[in-house]
Amino acid sequence: MKQMIAVLRRELVGYFATPLAYVFIVLFLFSMGAFTFYVGNFYEAGNADLSSFFGFHPWLYLFFIPAISMRLWAEEQKSGTIELLMTLPIPLWSMVTGKFLAAWAFTGLALFLTFPIWLTVNYLGDPDNGVIFASYIGSFFMAGGYLAIGSCLSALTRNQVIAFVLSVVICFLFTVSGLPLVLDFFSSWAPKILVTTIASFSFMTHFEAIMDGVIDLRDIVFFITLISLWLTVNAIVLDQKKAG
Amino acid sequence: MSQVLIEVEHLRKSFGGFRAVDGLSFSVSKGEVLGFLGPNGAGKSTTMKMLTGFLTPSAGRARICGAEISDDLLEVRENIGYLPEGAPAYGDMTPGQFLRFIAQVRGYEKQAANKAIADAVAKTQLQSVLDQPIDTLSKGFKRRVGIAQAILHNPPVLIMDEPTDGLDPNQKFAVRRLITAMAKEKAIIISTHILEEVEAVCTRALIIDQGRIVADGTPAELIARSRYHNAVTLEVATGDADLIRQGLKEIEGAGDISEVAMNAASKRITVFPKDPETLLIDDVAIVSTEKHWPIKSLYAEAGRLDEVFRSLTTSDAGEQGAVS
Ligand SMILES: Nc1ncnc2c1ncn2[C@@H]1O[C@H](COP(=O)(O)OP(=O)(O)OP(=O)(O)O)[C@@H](O)[C@H]1O
Ligand SMILES: [Mg+2]
Repeated sequence: MKQMIAVLRRELVGYFATPLAYVFIVLFLFSMGAFTFYVGNFYEAGNADLSSFFGFHPWLYLFFIPAISMRLWAEEQKSGTIELLMTLPIPLWSMVTGKFLAAWAFTGLALFLTFPIWLTVNYLGDPDNGVIFASYIGSFFMAGGYLAIGSCLSALTRNQVIAFVLSVVICFLFTVSGLPLVLDFFSSWAPKILVTTIASFSFMTHFEAIMDGVIDLRDIVFFITLISLWLTVNAIVLDQKKAG
Repeated sequence: MSQVLIEVEHLRKSFGGFRAVDGLSFSVSKGEVLGFLGPNGAGKSTTMKMLTGFLTPSAGRARICGAEISDDLLEVRENIGYLPEGAPAYGDMTPGQFLRFIAQVRGYEKQAANKAIADAVAKTQLQSVLDQPIDTLSKGFKRRVGIAQAILHNPPVLIMDEPTDGLDPNQKFAVRRLITAMAKEKAIIISTHILEEVEAVCTRALIIDQGRIVADGTPAELIARSRYHNAVTLEVATGDADLIRQGLKEIEGAGDISEVAMNAASKRITVFPKDPETLLIDDVAIVSTEKHWPIKSLYAEAGRLDEVFRSLTTSDAGEQGAVS
């Protein structure tokens, strides 16, 4: 546990040691704002809610999250620090969770900094803040899911660009698998059970359920399970490297 | 009673079909400093990576302070200080932050951590760069950060891959002195390409070639295997060389004679004993006084480690370098 916190803190120091983290946050907030207000027609829609804002989250995460996660393990392998880390008396799971939690905390911070949008909508109208709160929670867990995927894939390579591209592709699959377009394609021939399985793996399906304002435990459990699974694979991938 | 802290038996590592380490067995006791010598690609670093648990051996076993590396890796790692090849460190941190991270991971409380860090910093003379990002440090300072990290928790076993690579002569000297000072309490393995370092710090050396041990002994024993062991070298004016060579041939017990031109004016003549244990120096000295040879200098050779190294190892560098 102590070691996990040490790893987590070291990772966070790494984020803020360069201007990159600040640039990232600014870009993230800018995109969030731009999509919500211009693309999402926030004003014209005339509804006092943030559904247009949250609706863009999966799509923005698709690119922003792999940009965070790509360096998690690829960088360690490139610079050789992985040899240092893996020969310290740290259990493998502490390293994996520590790094993941650092990245998740960073994402959480970026997400938190979108609060002016929430202030705006409260200033303009009278939104259901319960729904907004639930959506924030859902968005945070969804970000965790993307991060776990990205972390695992970053362990596969020493090249951050490859890690990024791989993560975007896999995250994309986990996003679109719930879209009607994809499901229609399957439902024409596949058995119903397969279609519902595919849909149930979609981040969209679970996130939209939360966005409706009810935090169903099952949706949170979905993300937690998914995160645990990907992090387990992440640890296995790292352990496998010892074979040389 | 020496206490064996590192025991290695038939350790092997294959990458695909290639055997990088091929059945190494040795042990290191408390108080010993073992030097790994060997050409590039001999398997020195790979062996160290297996001992520290970064790579899993393909076969064989090793025990560190009694714990098998195959079952209790965490305990093994607690007992080892390791400087990996190239001294990797987190470049975005300062040495101060980096050492604090290591101390935290090693389970130090704040007070104890401060003390351990101050100690390691003093030993590696890092005070002047404590708050400068590691990325911006010179190569030698980076190496010293790596050493500081390895010795921070005062481990019973210390494994350092080329600890003096990239250090200036003063720092090389300082690090060797540090290793010697720590040696009493620890079992230490270092690898190096600097042969004089072996004589300076190692109590024992392994020469490794293509994953196998080709020589194992104290530096003195290894040097005694040199052709130069007990040979006598004379420095003479070029004009006198022929005469002197003739004279040397007549000495009883003298074998081959070699000549190296030092510059236009002088040459170095070496006479090798037929039997490596014969001491020629007395006879050569007597003859040269009797015949009034104009000699600039005269000395007995202890042996040359680089020559032993070349004759035992088979890399491309070794092939052509064999003594003429
Ligand atoms: N991960 C790996 N995959 C394949 N081959 C490897 C791997 N690691 C090392 N090798 C090979 O194993 C051999 C031994 O390498 P090692 O790094 O142990 O040599 P070394 O004795 O430390 O050499 P040097 O003096 O250059 O540091 C080399 O031929 C190297 O190419
Ligand atoms: Mg090496």
